[in-house]
Amino acid sequence: MRAMTYRGPYKLRVEEKDRPRIEHPNDAIVRVTLAAICGSDLHLYHGLMPDTRIGHTFGHEFIGVVDEVGPSVQHLQVGDRVMVPFNVFCGSCWFCARGLYSNCHNVNPNATAVGGIYGYSHTTGGYDGGQAEYVRVPFADVGPVLIPEWMHDEDAVLLTDAAATGYFGAQLGEIVEGDTVVVLGAGPVGLIAAQSSWLMGAGRVIVVDHLTERLAKAREMAHAETLDYDELDDVVVELKQQTDFLGADVVIDAVGAEADGNALQQFTGPKLKLQGGSATALNWAIDAARKGGTIAVVGAYGPIPNAVKFGDAMNKGLTLRMNQTPVKRQWPRMFEHVRNGHLTPRQMVTHRFPLEDIAEAYHVFSAKLDGCIKPLVVPNAN
Amino acid sequence: MTEPDIPSAYVRDRRTPPPSREELRARIPGWGVDLDPADRPSSPKLQYSADTGAHWDFPDRQPGSAGRERSVEHAFVTPVFGTAQPLHGPSGAIRRLAYERFSEARLAHWLLLVAGDRVDAWGSHLRSFGSTRPDVPATGVHTEVSHGGLRSRAGRSDRRHHLVDPLLVAGPWVAGAGVGAVVVRRLARALRR
Repeated sequence: MRAMTYRGPYKLRVEEKDRPRIEHPNDAIVRVTLAAICGSDLHLYHGLMPDTRIGHTFGHEFIGVVDEVGPSVQHLQVGDRVMVPFNVFCGSCWFCARGLYSNCHNVNPNATAVGGIYGYSHTTGGYDGGQAEYVRVPFADVGPVLIPEWMHDEDAVLLTDAAATGYFGAQLGEIVEGDTVVVLGAGPVGLIAAQSSWLMGAGRVIVVDHLTERLAKAREMAHAETLDYDELDDVVVELKQQTDFLGADVVIDAVGAEADGNALQQFTGPKLKLQGGSATALNWAIDAARKGGTIAVVGAYGPIPNAVKFGDAMNKGLTLRMNQTPVKRQWPRMFEHVRNGHLTPRQMVTHRFPLEDIAEAYHVFSAKLDGCIKPLVVPNAN
Repeated sequence: MTEPDIPSAYVRDRRTPPPSREELRARIPGWGVDLDPADRPSSPKLQYSADTGAHWDFPDRQPGSAGRERSVEHAFVTPVFGTAQPLHGPSGAIRRLAYERFSEARLAHWLLLVAGDRVDAWGSHLRSFGSTRPDVPATGVHTEVSHGGLRSRAGRSDRRHHLVDPLLVAGPWVAGAGVGAVVVRRLARALRR
């Protein structure tokens, strides 16, 4: 089969690989019909995630058709069209039993601090991902869901991570009616977090970024106020002034390890890999939140320590809430929101690349060329 | 500053109340539909699911776990695991040391894994030079032309650090080529003697 293959930092290509096989009785093999590149894939692409092995296939946002099932699979059949949460999870461990699907303890031997994720290095379990023609899906009776007839494929693929993570981020903020919510990052996660903040009763939503096309999208799609930090001397002071010197009730970090805005963080993090990414967004969140406020972190960081202003977080009495998203738990309610037009994930899609052009897709997305907000990957596009 | 001008942070109540429900509902599709935390799927954080789809108390164990690297913070190799790229060669030895000797709490664990990544990458690059498809320092860069690299970066602050990317990406290749040339020259000299 054809599959995206990692060749080292900033280097990947499409190679011929063996089609995955059933390795556990509850496995399925899914033929991928549509995949996406996530902002967190860029952490792998830039060499920020430890134990990313040469030959690894990335991709944790994908949908497809069931091609083969293991002998114990009861809920799926060959030919079913399925959307697959980015979490690999068993459904039965202590954590899954309590709904923490992203923290499953039965799927990742390489680390206890993170669950299993498709195509996201061996630090998350060593599973090849969905930027390929086929992918192995463990626990087929637990993770995948049939794609509803009415749902657009592009909405379905975005619900497997980016959209679900934005919705989850707003929930982590514990928004109450009238709150001022600041969303750091106008990428796909930030855009849905902004939309979701309104659903939870925000009185004001301000999105911060420096890419004009993304800020325009935040205004148009998420009805948010926007701040371009490139145009400001100090974005935190601006936020303080705009909130009558209180600070924001809730700040959502929808950026993570690749954050711009601070040269020292950028060079010691994404460039020189001396910390688990740039902590700029997290530090801005700590500064911009009001005392006693809440910070929700859904941006992904690496496991190496970061330079975070933790003293200020303590002094301000902030509540910090965070996790990888337990995706499947979000879906029933999110399906309603998508069907009702309250959440509109596919409005974020700007580019569609054939799998054979995966190297081009990563460079365009990484360098933010051509107004790229969300690129999709189409296997068998020709 | 007169008293009415003193910002909200310095007095008991906010000076400016948020917009009314009616105003927000008129402007924002779906405003407030998840106002009640009971409608939010991740509230509260811990919830017992009636049916996760699992029909086991503990999953069947995937064959092939013997020798599979694992975090020492795990009791055993988890019943299901990825088999994508098994450990091999010098990078595999470094990674195995990271897993067997150091817990996730130790910086050495992660730094060894990063070292293993670089050894893996360079070993792979060297092997690729003996193949019909040698590695290049960076892929996809021709989209700088096809997708408007200059135009896209106009006015953006991150173009400043993008300028160092070629140095960071190609620098090790140039240094590697230089070291290789020196080694070859010295070998040639030694053979001539």
